[in-house]
Amino acid sequence: MTLAKALNLSLRTALEDDRDVLVMGEDVGRLGGVFRVTDGLQKDFGEDRVMDSPLAESGIVGTAIGLALGGYRPVVEIQFDGFVFPAYDQIVTQLAKLHARSGGTLRMPVVIRIPYGGGIGAVEHHSESPEALFAHVAGLKVVSPSNPSDAYWMLRQAVRSDDPVIFFEPKRRYWDTGAVDPDATPPPLHRAQIVRAGTDLTLVAYGPSVKLCVEAAEAAAADGHSLEVVDLRSVSPVDFDTVQTSVEKTHRLVVVHEAPVFFGAGAEIAARITTRCFYTLEAPVLRVGGHHAPYPPARLERHYLPDLDRVLATVDHSLAY
Amino acid sequence: MTAPTDHRPPEASATAFTDALNAFTDRPHEPPPLQLIAPDGTLTLPPEQTPGYRPALLRTLYRDMRMSRELDTEATALQRQGELGLWPPLLGQEAAQVGSAHALRPDDYVFPSYREHGVAWCRGVDPVDVVKLYRGVTNGGWDPRETNFHLYTLVVGAHVLHATGYAMSLAKRGSDAVAVAYFGDGASSEGDVAEAFTFAAVHDAPVLFFCQNNQWAISEPVTRQTNSPLHRRARGFGFPGVRVDGNDALAVHAVTRHALDHIRGGGGPFLVEAFTYRMGAHTTSDDPTRYRPPAELEQWRAKDPLARLRTHLTAAGHAAPDFFDEVEQQARELAHRVRHAVRTMPDPERLGVFDHVHAEGHALVDEERRGFEEYERSFTDPERP
Ligand SMILES: Cc1ncc(C[n+]2csc(CCOP(=O)(O)OP(=O)(O)O)c2C)c(N)n1
Repeated sequence: MTLAKALNLSLRTALEDDRDVLVMGEDVGRLGGVFRVTDGLQKDFGEDRVMDSPLAESGIVGTAIGLALGGYRPVVEIQFDGFVFPAYDQIVTQLAKLHARSGGTLRMPVVIRIPYGGGIGAVEHHSESPEALFAHVAGLKVVSPSNPSDAYWMLRQAVRSDDPVIFFEPKRRYWDTGAVDPDATPPPLHRAQIVRAGTDLTLVAYGPSVKLCVEAAEAAAADGHSLEVVDLRSVSPVDFDTVQTSVEKTHRLVVVHEAPVFFGAGAEIAARITTRCFYTLEAPVLRVGGHHAPYPPARLERHYLPDLDRVLATVDHSLAY
Repeated sequence: MTAPTDHRPPEASATAFTDALNAFTDRPHEPPPLQLIAPDGTLTLPPEQTPGYRPALLRTLYRDMRMSRELDTEATALQRQGELGLWPPLLGQEAAQVGSAHALRPDDYVFPSYREHGVAWCRGVDPVDVVKLYRGVTNGGWDPRETNFHLYTLVVGAHVLHATGYAMSLAKRGSDAVAVAYFGDGASSEGDVAEAFTFAAVHDAPVLFFCQNNQWAISEPVTRQTNSPLHRRARGFGFPGVRVDGNDALAVHAVTRHALDHIRGGGGPFLVEAFTYRMGAHTTSDDPTRYRPPAELEQWRAKDPLARLRTHLTAAGHAAPDFFDEVEQQARELAHRVRHAVRTMPDPERLGVFDHVHAEGHALVDEERRGFEEYERSFTDPERP
């Protein structure tokens, strides 16, 4: 099943399981979302539970806060990464803080689904990776699946979470396929996973970059290098223990993400792992990511996004220390 | 059981109070949109009472609508052939765009959203520059200062605030130019648009809010955005609003001219709601058959803005067949020019990623540029490992 279909199934199951779950956003109803993630849900669950919102992101998140106060569990869709910012105020100043401000009395079980990342040749504002902006905010949890099974399970777990979860969907992986087992026992939402074992170097990634790292590990294997790939799955909190265990085995770490390197998630991982693994590291933690420049127009994005060559060049660089 | 004691006041005073309340809350009857040329091409007023009724203007409006449609058709075809990444068609909205654009002065400053190809054409923006954004070679495409036509804004509604601020700057400098914001019915729901209305109203800013109500925001009908006719919003903010038949280029022109005169005369902001229809898809990635009844499209096709003006021009004897032949010839030339330009358009230079990030430079950007350059050279430089 495709990652998009897995998300759809996840929402469908969540709506079936709990009458208080609501789905809302622009074009999520009759159209089924611009990526069809909510396809058919309004038909089956009605306009009361799957609601087309007015074109107003601040309104979408602000009313989700009110619905959560009223006992509902809203799952809202922001149509594209670059359009979350009208809602950023509500997310950062209200949603993230209400639990703390109320001394733990109020719960904000709100999921904000955001298709993110590049690689689909889109126009401006349709290819951004703003995860670090949210991870920096206390009170929010930030996750991103990289495959259909995680898409299904992580969204189910996010919906059940009593904390606000920013759920970043890697849009260029929407059409990737993989098995989904609705009877499985999933790992905890914020646990990292080793997706490929190796001994010479650890590649850490999440969301759209995981597949790239697996490809890089395959290519490096042909050159006799054994790379371990860790899928972080969660950007806030980060499962540093899993990364540390891996780095203690391989002694080298390269972090890969699409977002700009500067002040990105990789910076935090590099700092923490350097502290934890200072005596076992044989090279500085290196990072591969986007440049410190606005996301370029489609015909230039291949020069902006990390690709196989850039990951492998950085791996070589690390191994050369 | 005893009946509860009735503490209500006598009926008569309740009725008077209800009447008084209703005087505030009754919805006035909604008149049909203002129209000068009916769909069958006839005038709704005598020619001498029809503002702007000049054959030369009518021909210009027709010509520019036809050119806009041609650009749209060609760009849609180019997208289908993989030459453009995306295209938002303007089909059906030519009269709203061309009619209003022709009412503007060159020193008025226009803030478009992303579908205003007809306005761009009238402002003298090269259509080749307009398609660049959708080919993915630039996030801009033209110098806004040359034509007083701002860059397209893709974040819905954001530019309506920019227009308002620009209008405030015009007023501060004592200019009688007007800022114009084009936006959609969907955009009217964004907080930015409501905030723009507030700023404009309290500053008496010389800004024209031009809403193209094309009935749909992607898959959502206008009833998902508002429960009251959009033009009436203006009243609540304290400025006038008018609904005009957006498929009638002459009426749009006349209403826009009226609004601009009002604004230039110091009257403050004005909202024009052009009541029109998006006959195509939202963009080339959209499938309107999923949400839109075909009968609705047919109903609006009968109000086609080009057909209407053509019928009128012919019936009134303002344009002979050779005029239309000439326009068709010009349209074909435009299509050829755009097609050739798109087909031969080079991709931007790869280090362009780092261009113009800051006006005054930034050490980190310079460092990343050098690093990337070196990295790229490592593939071709035999000296390097
Ligand atoms: C802030 C923001 N949210 C969502 C989008 C995605 N989006 C692009 S156009 C559009 C519909 C706009 O409808 P309307 O304002 O009526 O203008 P129209 O496209 O009909 O001309 C949406 C939801 C966006 N571009 N910006």
